[in-house]
Amino acid sequence: MTRELLFAGFGGQGLLFSGKVIAYKGLIEDKNVSWLPSYGPEMRGGTANCSVILSDDPVGAPIISNPDVLVAMNLPSLDKYEPMVKPGGSIFVDSSLIERKVTRDDVNVYYVPATKLAGDNGVPTLANMILVGKLLQVFGEYDEELVKKALGKCISARHADLLDLNLKCMEIGRDYE
Amino acid sequence: MVVFDKPHALTDVPLHYCPGCTHGIVHRLVAEAIDELGIEGRTVGVAPVGCAVMAYDYFRCDMIEAAHGRAPAVATGVKRSDPEGLIVFTYQGDGDLASIGTAETVHAAARNENITVVFINNAIYGMTGGQMAPTSLPGQVTQTSPYGRDVTQCGYPVKICEMLSMLDGPEYLERVAVNNVKNVNKAKKAIKKAFQNQVDGKGFSLVEVISACPTNWGMTPSQALKWIDDNMIPYYPLGVYKDRSAGIIPGAKEAAK
Amino acid sequence: MAEKVLMKGNEAIAEAAIIAGCRHYFGYPITPQTEIAAYMAKRMPKIGGTFLQAESEIAAINMVYGVSAAGKRVMTSSSSPGISLKSEGISYLAGADLPSVVVNCQRGGPGLGGIQPSQSDYFQATRGGGHGDYHMIVLAPASVQEMAQLTIRGFELADEYRMTSMILADGTIGQMMEPVSFDFEIKEAPEKPWATTGTQMKREHNVVNSLYLVPDVLEAKNFERYEKYAMICEKEALAEEYMLEDAEIVVAAFGIAARVAKNAVNAARAEGIKAGLIRPITLWPFPEKTFKKALGTAKQFISVELSMGQMIEDVRLATGCAVPVTLCKRAGGMIPSPEQVYNSIREAAGKAGE
Repeated sequence: MTRELLFAGFGGQGLLFSGKVIAYKGLIEDKNVSWLPSYGPEMRGGTANCSVILSDDPVGAPIISNPDVLVAMNLPSLDKYEPMVKPGGSIFVDSSLIERKVTRDDVNVYYVPATKLAGDNGVPTLANMILVGKLLQVFGEYDEELVKKALGKCISARHADLLDLNLKCMEIGRDYE
Repeated sequence: MVVFDKPHALTDVPLHYCPGCTHGIVHRLVAEAIDELGIEGRTVGVAPVGCAVMAYDYFRCDMIEAAHGRAPAVATGVKRSDPEGLIVFTYQGDGDLASIGTAETVHAAARNENITVVFINNAIYGMTGGQMAPTSLPGQVTQTSPYGRDVTQCGYPVKICEMLSMLDGPEYLERVAVNNVKNVNKAKKAIKKAFQNQVDGKGFSLVEVISACPTNWGMTPSQALKWIDDNMIPYYPLGVYKDRSAGIIPGAKEAAK
Repeated sequence: MAEKVLMKGNEAIAEAAIIAGCRHYFGYPITPQTEIAAYMAKRMPKIGGTFLQAESEIAAINMVYGVSAAGKRVMTSSSSPGISLKSEGISYLAGADLPSVVVNCQRGGPGLGGIQPSQSDYFQATRGGGHGDYHMIVLAPASVQEMAQLTIRGFELADEYRMTSMILADGTIGQMMEPVSFDFEIKEAPEKPWATTGTQMKREHNVVNSLYLVPDVLEAKNFERYEKYAMICEKEALAEEYMLEDAEIVVAAFGIAARVAKNAVNAARAEGIKAGLIRPITLWPFPEKTFKKALGTAKQFISVELSMGQMIEDVRLATGCAVPVTLCKRAGGMIPSPEQVYNSIREAAGKAGE
């Protein structure tokens, strides 16, 4: 099985980090993975995205034309990538930042007011992880041990407090209905 | 009793320099310094592009031939490969050091790279046959300034010691000349000090040697030596421009005598 | 097997260089390869190595020249415009028979170009880049694992043949993260009796030099060097062959283009088209034998490139134009999609009279 995920939004929303956590979780599960960021000055304050591929087979092109999963954290990203999502795919929308609804009816859509939830819980910069928590829950892949391990690989031991905050946000996402 | 002997650090290869050229004198001074400090076995020299391009045949220590102007960068690499063990010097002319290699010179100085730089300033490109150098004097006639260096078109000469003395980096900068016995003796002292500084780990030490090029200046050797006194030294005053360890740190416009 | 870590391609190059015993790195910031410098800046001081941010790419390559002359393993890295600046130094390294590793994480050109991935420095890399008769060994990684592996191989080859190994990567492979294992066996660097390490008053002086004013001496030097090159062509050419046994449509692609092409070949095979892939891993020497072998079944070659068509010339030379060779390309920082390559294969299959 191969799953292609695209994380898109503004630079600074932590989308590259979200992708890295998902990729590391895949690596720990012995999957083939690739993580490819958009790079360069256009990322600063502009749109940023990263492509993650998880597969049982070796990953070919790391570039995604038609994602199975889109995580959209701003309107330009949803506008740009909604049409590219595979039929039957999934779109996760930060509904506190994107007012419009997804117009397609051949995809599964999950609206999470991630930025608002993050703010309410005093961690306004970790909305991205709320969406990651939701994503894993939707796919039935929220394994607490694996999630902790993956976070541990992405956050240096010196910042153990950050690890707990990230975990907390992922749990908020997991439990959001 | 031996009254005259060739320094050990020079090979037996005959020098190719023109009659009256002062490269031979400076080669000897460098070799004497190496001998007297007993460092030949751990010295690596970097030769330039210019008249001294074949200096690698003349020095008995290990030698590297660098691309035009890049000797300070090459020397940086060599020095960093074995900072405790190796003594590294470059030997460069004015086109090499003050024109095409200005960036490498300035930044090696700014880093206080622990190397020794011997800079031959004879105000002309010798190897290619007498073109204008970055240090050619205003009004100086060369093949590429046939009506005299016109500063409105070609700009002014680059005064390396003065320029580098404004940097915090370098340890030691001195300008000397080799046009008479007294000056040669001073030059000898300066070059030896520039090597000693490196041995002592003090950092970037550059000696600018005002030199003669009778062939391309169109003079006899003795006229050329006099021309240094009459024209070069007034424009390029001799002296110590910086010597951090001795407390000579400019800001002051005048060189310490 | 050592644990796999998720790492950017650029970082994998840096770590691999350290594992290979490289303790001197000189660089200058340029996108998309700056992670290499950043990694070295962090690691080198902790392992007694040297990281130096040079004043220019020109200075950096000449620092490489100095360290290499002194007999140590040394590396520099840059991206396309910076490699042009280094080309002078690379020519001097070749002329003085000095080993070094140079990384080019390519971006679109010419000129300042862009910062997105490209393969348009193929000519520059495989033909030498600077002035004079010379070659570099050019290695083209297609994954983060290969970024590490080929960097280590690059150091070994550089030392063995006393020449520059270029790691010809691109912005995608440099920026992407994949699992990588650093479980490598390292060949020790050979003795370097020619190095300028000081005579210790025990031997004649060594001279590292590329100047030979007597033409027949210089000619002899060139002849000698090209005998070495001929041996390298014989021994070191390397390519991955994918579904080649019965392939009628043979796609040629290296680096990131090969990964895209592999997707397309798989899709074509699923449709019953006999497609295959040759992925040159060494671009110089070019794996000519693999191409000649493929001529047994091939009816058409398609060169897939992130350039206006450069490797295609080598494909034509290697196959003697015995069958048509066409081009499937994007340029300027764009990457061909698997669909584009797939369509090229289908078109070729139609022409080939499937």
